[in-house]
Amino acid sequence: MVTHTQSIGTSTTCPTVVAILVVAIGLLSAQNSGPKRIISIVPAVTQILFAIGAESRLVGIGSFDRLPDGDDRAAELVRVGGLLDPDMERIFTLRPDLVVLYQSHVDQRQQLERAGIPVLVYEHAGLVDITETIRDLGVRTGRTVQAESIAAQMDTGLAAIRAKVDGRPRPRTLLVFSREPMALRNIYASGGIGFLHDMLDTAGGENVFAEVRSENIAQVSSEAILAAAPDVIIEIRFDEYLRKSVIDDERDVWRQLSALPAVRNGRIHFVTGHRFVVPGPGVIEATEELARMLHPEVFATPQTRPAPGVG
Amino acid sequence: MTEGNPVGTVTALGVGNLRWRLLTTYTVFGGTALAVCLLAPLVGPTPISLRQVFDGSIPFTDNVDAQIFFIARLPRALAGALVGGALAAAGVVLQALLRNPLATPFTLGVSAGASLGAMVVIIFGVPLTVLGVPAVTLASLAGALAAVVIVYSLARLRRQGLSTNVLLLAGVTLNSLFSAVIMFIQYLADFSQNFQAIRWLMGNLDVSGYEPIVWALPLLAVAVAGFAWLPRSLNLLTLGSEHAASRGVNVLRTQRLAFFSASLATGAAVSLGGPIGFIGIIVPHIVRLIVGADHRVVLPASAFLGAAFLVICDVGARTLMAPVELPVGVITAMLGGPFFLWLLIRSR
Repeated sequence: MVTHTQSIGTSTTCPTVVAILVVAIGLLSAQNSGPKRIISIVPAVTQILFAIGAESRLVGIGSFDRLPDGDDRAAELVRVGGLLDPDMERIFTLRPDLVVLYQSHVDQRQQLERAGIPVLVYEHAGLVDITETIRDLGVRTGRTVQAESIAAQMDTGLAAIRAKVDGRPRPRTLLVFSREPMALRNIYASGGIGFLHDMLDTAGGENVFAEVRSENIAQVSSEAILAAAPDVIIEIRFDEYLRKSVIDDERDVWRQLSALPAVRNGRIHFVTGHRFVVPGPGVIEATEELARMLHPEVFATPQTRPAPGVG
Repeated sequence: MTEGNPVGTVTALGVGNLRWRLLTTYTVFGGTALAVCLLAPLVGPTPISLRQVFDGSIPFTDNVDAQIFFIARLPRALAGALVGGALAAAGVVLQALLRNPLATPFTLGVSAGASLGAMVVIIFGVPLTVLGVPAVTLASLAGALAAVVIVYSLARLRRQGLSTNVLLLAGVTLNSLFSAVIMFIQYLADFSQNFQAIRWLMGNLDVSGYEPIVWALPLLAVAVAGFAWLPRSLNLLTLGSEHAASRGVNVLRTQRLAFFSASLATGAAVSLGGPIGFIGIIVPHIVRLIVGADHRVVLPASAFLGAAFLVICDVGARTLMAPVELPVGVITAMLGGPFFLWLLIRSR
């Protein structure tokens, strides 16, 4: 690009104008370049594609992907299965020019590569990787500007939350993903790796099982929880429509471990919603929600509902 | 093991000899089980002070050490002892009833029924407790009982007696059928529910309370009462039902009692700790290699050894990788398998 501009003019303003023109033309052509028939069976990627305005390029999505509220494309987009059961026949029928798969889809990836269809392999990782994925997808779909703006928004949003809770005492927090209904059995909690742990860390909480580095999720016994003595317990539920009575009953189950500071101080929270389980743009609102639970004194203003849309 | 009596030969014992062997069994095996149950709550990843555990001046709600001892450890040891004992005893009885050394408490579909019950509650989310017992426990018990009724009715359909062949085939078929339904339900479930479902199927003794144990106790008591009647008849039954009948054994009644008490013990055990594998097949064989084949000795010895073995395995499950918990079924198989093989090679 530099050599190109130098050959056209010698004044200082002229190359700048030309450079802007070249970039603009490049962007315009990029808008129309890249894959135009994308299939994503990864909920996070589907959300990101919608967020960066590349949704018109989608032809198929995963069976469990959520479209933003009010989006009426649900009928148009073909559902092609999910993590456990991607429907390869349906995928081939849609004649995609890019398929986003999980790492575990080794066979499916081979099939697609044999058919000459480009594949993007998605990997679940930490909070910082989400913005990287957004930027990547922006480049792939020619939506660099939108992707960059959303990624930058996320970076600033997370930094703002971090700044707000900075210097505050960090409550020791147990983040529970799942357990047996109405019992403290088979409890799965967040270990020290993964985007939920990162969200907790950003929101100013200290993960009680941060030292468990092996996996995203660790099964812990009631003894381990008693010994860890969390100040706050946050349970994440996948079911978005939990009745209040169910939440109240489930919260009461923790009373068995009355020695826990979280139980004594009534700091047991239940959170629901895709923004807590899908590492997409919604994690900003989710992180802020966690921060409000951990540091209610900092967020004294009444809570605003997270904006409808992605997340 | 000859074809006629696949689970070992019973040699005639004098009454004095038997009394002596029973006394030794109760002292050695029973003593081991008791010692293990008493010591298990003292062992764990968190150092606790026994003085603080029993310090009455600190209210229980504030006493972390007491809660670790009485909520996290003691119920687990008790549940482990009951489940291990029940599964091992059920294994002995079913191996004799079916005259098959490969029979386990899970052969007759009882545990698959229990698992199906538990899966339905986990996956369709029934947030319910009855008198402090979670719905999963109750549903697995109901599933076990349903399986018992189905298998028993099938085995009675064909002819006058209780056909052990039909019992075995019906049990194995029911196992596959229930497993298929379980797979289908899991297929419908979301990610976190599947997680729970798979984890339940691996077995877990972290009951964190006494209610499920209290609930299982009466069922186990009935099963034990049934077991108490069985050993002499089982000895004769292993030689063949005609032989047993000619020696004055009411074969149908013995078979029925054996089937129902073993199924009840299995159902109660699985609803308490999930389908923990290996104990029901390995422990009876280990005991036979040590004490011989007389069910009057094998049955109590297996129950005690099963109890001690599972409690020890569970201490490992909650300690080895703490704070992360290992599935206890993994440990029972990893410890029991090689030990059994060693015993098998050594005894030949």
